[in-house]
Amino acid sequence: MTRHLKILEYALSSLVRRKYKNLAIIAVYSFTIMVLASILFLTHSLKTEAANILATAPDLIIQRTVAGRHDLIPVEYVQEIKKNRGTGKVQPRYWGYYYDAVTEANYTILGVSGTPPELALVTGTAPAGPGECLIGQGVARARKIELGDELILVNSKGKGVLLNVVGTFTAAAEILTNDLIVMPEEEVINFFGLPEGRATDITVEVRNPNEIQNIAARIKRSLPDTRPITRQEIIRTYDAVFNWRSGMMLTIFSSALVAFCILAWDKATGISGEEKAEIGILKAIGWDTGDILELKFWEGLVVSLTAFLLGLIAAFTHVFWFSATILAPVIKGWSVLFPDFRLIPFVDVYQIFVIGCLTVIPYIASTVIPSWKAAITDPETVMRG
Amino acid sequence: MNKHKIFIAITLLEIGLGAMLFISGQSAVRAALSQQIGPKQQLVKFFDLTDLSIWTEARYTRHPSQTDFFTPFQDSPSSLEHFPAGSIISPLQGTPETRP
Repeated sequence: MTRHLKILEYALSSLVRRKYKNLAIIAVYSFTIMVLASILFLTHSLKTEAANILATAPDLIIQRTVAGRHDLIPVEYVQEIKKNRGTGKVQPRYWGYYYDAVTEANYTILGVSGTPPELALVTGTAPAGPGECLIGQGVARARKIELGDELILVNSKGKGVLLNVVGTFTAAAEILTNDLIVMPEEEVINFFGLPEGRATDITVEVRNPNEIQNIAARIKRSLPDTRPITRQEIIRTYDAVFNWRSGMMLTIFSSALVAFCILAWDKATGISGEEKAEIGILKAIGWDTGDILELKFWEGLVVSLTAFLLGLIAAFTHVFWFSATILAPVIKGWSVLFPDFRLIPFVDVYQIFVIGCLTVIPYIASTVIPSWKAAITDPETVMRG
Repeated sequence: MNKHKIFIAITLLEIGLGAMLFISGQSAVRAALSQQIGPKQQLVKFFDLTDLSIWTEARYTRHPSQTDFFTPFQDSPSSLEHFPAGSIISPLQGTPETRP
């Protein structure tokens, strides 16, 4: 044990001798790990949250497609869908998009019917009558309005529509409702000028969750111009959006990994003359090859473990305490309304293990292997260069 | 003090800090699961929501789960994908039974 500690002590002295170079390596290395870990933490958190909160999404959404595009669906399809045994509530949904020229933002306008239950994430109430609306935080911020104020939008006939803001979604619901404007269904139909008997799509409740896929296939057979979307597909979409193969991973993750590979490659392709001479001297004064390999192992471990731990701590604080402020502009794209991420710290220990394996082990290997080559050579030859 | 003692102390401090963050994160997850997820699920159920409101720049980025299979080309048949979010989200995979 004492022998190992002595070698570690020597390794640390050796690193301190080249402190500026090693500090620079630790800084770059930690930053690379922070970027990698931030992406993994952010995507895993969003993916897990999406899977959790969309668990109550409609069992089936039935869209109509015409010429490969989503089209308005005839409301009489509701009766046709209800003929399928095992279906519960079947309801048309009225919703659409609205471009607000004032703020240059896109809103989602959604129609709602029925008396809402007590909603914990709504301040005020849901719209119950004509001229009332419930808005998301993003809309409230963009329009600089709050509960009790008025919202003016221009309808499909080019006329201004005055709406009273009777409720706002709380900040905690931003990830779901940031750009939402909820109005009574009749109001939405009039606002968009939807043709009579047409809805945006239809939601279907399926009594037995095991039957969802079968009912979707039956609806597709009886109404060939429709496209059923199951809840599982909705959840899987977010799994695909934020998985390893997604664009975000491929763009940011791979560039960080390439940066790390260059760092490791630089180490692996050769050690400096000074380091070679040091190995030669150590061999000449009686160190054996095993001791030198252990010395280099400790050097590699000190740098990589320090950088790994610093990178992970920085990534955790960046994503979960500072709402991923560095990554947010990258993800934001051209969205005018973008939610403030209040991420739940879902962390996958397996991912931390993978980052560790992908970064620490190659770095140690790239430190030990070139030294091994120098260590098995005759000390005199090594010292002479 | 020996350098190795300082290194071991710093490493243990980092591990301790990391463990503390992880444990506090786990308690935040438990609190969120009991206090936040339920009310969000209630919103999703009542308003029949299907997507997260992250990217609002285009139809297929606002509602990736509801989009059709020709989205990048829907506005012009030969147009290339031009929204930055399009490089973040991967194409939608449909099941064979429901794909039109």
